[in-house]
Amino acid sequence: MTTPRYAVGQRVRITDRTPPVHHRVPTYAKGKTGIIERVCGMHGQPERFVPGDGKPFRRLYRVRIPQSELWHAYEGAPGDKLDIEIFEHWLEPAK
Amino acid sequence: MSDTDKNLSWGPHDIGGQTAGPVDRAEHDTAYWEWQIDAMLRLTMQKGLLGDFAELRDGIERLDPDDYENLSYYERWSKSLAAALLAKGVVTQQALQDRVAMIRQRQAEQ
Repeated sequence: MTTPRYAVGQRVRITDRTPPVHHRVPTYAKGKTGIIERVCGMHGQPERFVPGDGKPFRRLYRVRIPQSELWHAYEGAPGDKLDIEIFEHWLEPAK
Repeated sequence: MSDTDKNLSWGPHDIGGQTAGPVDRAEHDTAYWEWQIDAMLRLTMQKGLLGDFAELRDGIERLDPDDYENLSYYERWSKSLAAALLAKGVVTQQALQDRVAMIRQRQAEQ
């Protein structure tokens, strides 16, 4: 198993692309920036199950994004956040 | 919340952030045919005919948007499962049609 590309606390951006196949990144989270909350291990890629077996497995992370980053006019508490699981191949480093 | 600046979604399911009505929280018992669809999915996966839930999901995301909107949970499963099994040649369109006709007739006689 390779070492994780991203460490807990690192800032990452979710890439904004839409492959024409089932994938586990909702449109509202694409292009958004958050921090790595934890590393979740290796899992099959949703995009590679159709058709296929999900391989090669990719590392999954839990990414924490402030709700105010997701929604321009967010009216909830300032500390509200979304924790969402995103695969490594969907992430890029962010400042 | 409708303030997302995104509108390029993948499929009719990808609606997070769009304006929507209240959530229907009504409970209902699982009908016998719904258990059958559930069992059918698990069998097809066990036999390697369907690789993963992701494949079922992919089929659901490819449903006609009106179907996606109007069909019930297990109706979506049935449509996706049928499409996958047809595409793989596990069942033929004719066999599926014959079966549907048989069930409709049985229901009409009840």
